[in-house]
Amino acid sequence: MTDAPERTRWDPASEHLLRELAPQVLGVVARRFRDFPSAEDAVQEALLAAFRQWPAEGMPENPRAWLIRVASRRMTDAVRSEIARRERESAIAEEEPAVEPPEEIEAAMDSQDTLILLFMCCHPALSASSAIALTLRAVGGLTTAEIAHAFLVPEATMAQRISRAKQSIRTSGVPFRAPTPQERGERLPAVLRVLYLIFNEGYASSIGAQLQRLDLAREAIRLARGTRTLLPDDPEVAGLLALMLLTDARRAARAGSQGEIIPLDQQNRSLWNRGEIEEGTALLTQALSSGTVGLYQLQAAIAAVHDEAVTADATDWPQILALYELLQRVAPSPVVTLNHAIAVAMVHGPAAGLQRLEALDGDERLSGHYRLDAVRAHLLERLGEIERAVQHYRAAAAGTASIPEQNYLMTQAARLEESREAHTSQPTDSEL
Amino acid sequence: MKYILLMSGTQAGVASYHTWAQSDRDRHMQTLGAIVNDLVEKGEFVDTQPLSGPSEAKIVRGEKNGLPVTDGVFPEAKEFLLGYWIVDVATPERACAIAGKISAAPGPGGIPTNMPIEVRQFIDARTRPH
Amino acid sequence: MKYMLMMNTMRAGAGVPAWPKNDLQAHIAFMLGLNRDLQQSGEFVQAEGLTFPSQARQVRAGKDGVPITDGVFPESKEFLAGFWIIDVETPERAYAIAGRISAAPGPGGVPLNMPIEVRPVMSAPPAEMM
Repeated sequence: MTDAPERTRWDPASEHLLRELAPQVLGVVARRFRDFPSAEDAVQEALLAAFRQWPAEGMPENPRAWLIRVASRRMTDAVRSEIARRERESAIAEEEPAVEPPEEIEAAMDSQDTLILLFMCCHPALSASSAIALTLRAVGGLTTAEIAHAFLVPEATMAQRISRAKQSIRTSGVPFRAPTPQERGERLPAVLRVLYLIFNEGYASSIGAQLQRLDLAREAIRLARGTRTLLPDDPEVAGLLALMLLTDARRAARAGSQGEIIPLDQQNRSLWNRGEIEEGTALLTQALSSGTVGLYQLQAAIAAVHDEAVTADATDWPQILALYELLQRVAPSPVVTLNHAIAVAMVHGPAAGLQRLEALDGDERLSGHYRLDAVRAHLLERLGEIERAVQHYRAAAAGTASIPEQNYLMTQAARLEESREAHTSQPTDSEL
Repeated sequence: MKYILLMSGTQAGVASYHTWAQSDRDRHMQTLGAIVNDLVEKGEFVDTQPLSGPSEAKIVRGEKNGLPVTDGVFPEAKEFLLGYWIVDVATPERACAIAGKISAAPGPGGIPTNMPIEVRQFIDARTRPH
Repeated sequence: MKYMLMMNTMRAGAGVPAWPKNDLQAHIAFMLGLNRDLQQSGEFVQAEGLTFPSQARQVRAGKDGVPITDGVFPESKEFLAGFWIIDVETPERAYAIAGRISAAPGPGGVPLNMPIEVRPVMSAPPAEMM
């Protein structure tokens, strides 16, 4: 659909530059014309023009100004043709008010503009998938094709998601201006949630052709860093970045050669990234010093306790338990309750953990959900109730929508069943 | 969440389709085309493919001497896959609603074909961060 | 030429196979190896696994645009467990790949010889479906 050269054929420096410039340019143009959705289209066209022309003509001396100029020209042309269209359609054309774009050259307020963009793209009125797509393009500077590829949908489909997202913004009448402190407080959670969802989309798949897919976890970290630069004093922003780093630190150890899941307690900790752990821990310490305790800070704290343990056995489970208890008060959810039950089991024994799970049986959001079966299976195994554990591992495997998880759960069931058979086939003392 | 919508039919059903008036077939196709456009516009469309008829189908059961053991034709009455749609949607209810629209596409006389459509979720092959 | 290879191996009450651990891992490794080989040869287009039949739904057009959804299927029905889309030079190559999938190892390392259905995917756009 696009005849522009693939961005990946550019040298990394140019690609990086364009990605950095894209949101800056968008901020300026959106501010100048007071129209984010149209500005976003215009900037996309300017970027495409850059792809076509710069390799042939060389990069302009001031790439940023070039992009702003081209995008602004597109905006003016669009406004003029809109006027012309209305004139053609209306018999009383002279009654149409003249629409003139502002002429003043505004001093670029980069960081403010990017902050506005971020809040706009993560507006609570947008669905999660729209916000994710729009944020990756408008703030992340990724192409539609790159985003489509990352989410395994056709480019036209992704283009439409972004288009509809902008339409929602247009209809909601959100103005292009910095959020007030109150608005920021209200809407920051939505921003952080979008970034966290992008992070959880995960890494490049380990299967062949899909390796070229964008590393969304890395992209999320980059966006979170950018957000932290914009809001250096916000503890939850720091908490989110810390959580991402502390989780990403385990990347090399989390999957085996076949892509199979290696759970936390079995990971080779020498493969963990010390640099990310240190950075994450430092960020977290700083965030917690603010005195407030938010959802991401707590999750980061839990990740930090895991990451600081030299071996799985050395994990400070009582501290994790205390943190989950706090988390249950700050941001209760079935997943938190599940993880809390595991922590209870690690501190007070599997029977205590299983008791916590019973409270979830009545919870509609979770009943019959595979995770409940998986945790139950794990605790039943620890309790020595092998037959029931096998049943629940299999039930969990049948309910999951993830192949690596399914493989992992099936393998656990198989392993347990084998150990059970080995046990029962041993002669008992009385038979010897 | 990605879902596949499976449309199955029988030889008799396909034969019956071939007896529709051209205008009925056109209208049916137009409706399906409009559904595709609507899904693209909503950002939910991933793919749709028709499969060629069962006369070109084979069933392979294992290998013998390194070669596949192929079997031919479907029994007359057996159902086979006519084609599928793949959509990316936020909820299972939405996947079923889309299937409902496809099922309601008009047949002869403009009456909905009411064909049954099986809705199945894809399993995700990616390993998430943990 | 594109082909769809279908593994229609699951029955209504299907749960996960209860094989010994080594056999399970051998099966998983086999499938991963197959996909890797197909990617290297450039024949791989798509491979998807589907969730279990207990989560399958059947939808028919209802009245007034409200679809009728249920999860009841005949006991004898064979459900799609997963499928591959491959792009190959000849039908024989498609059957050979299907043969390999079919011979995937099961319990005791014995080839399962699952029936794999091979169907050409029509190259025409949806407007000319059927």
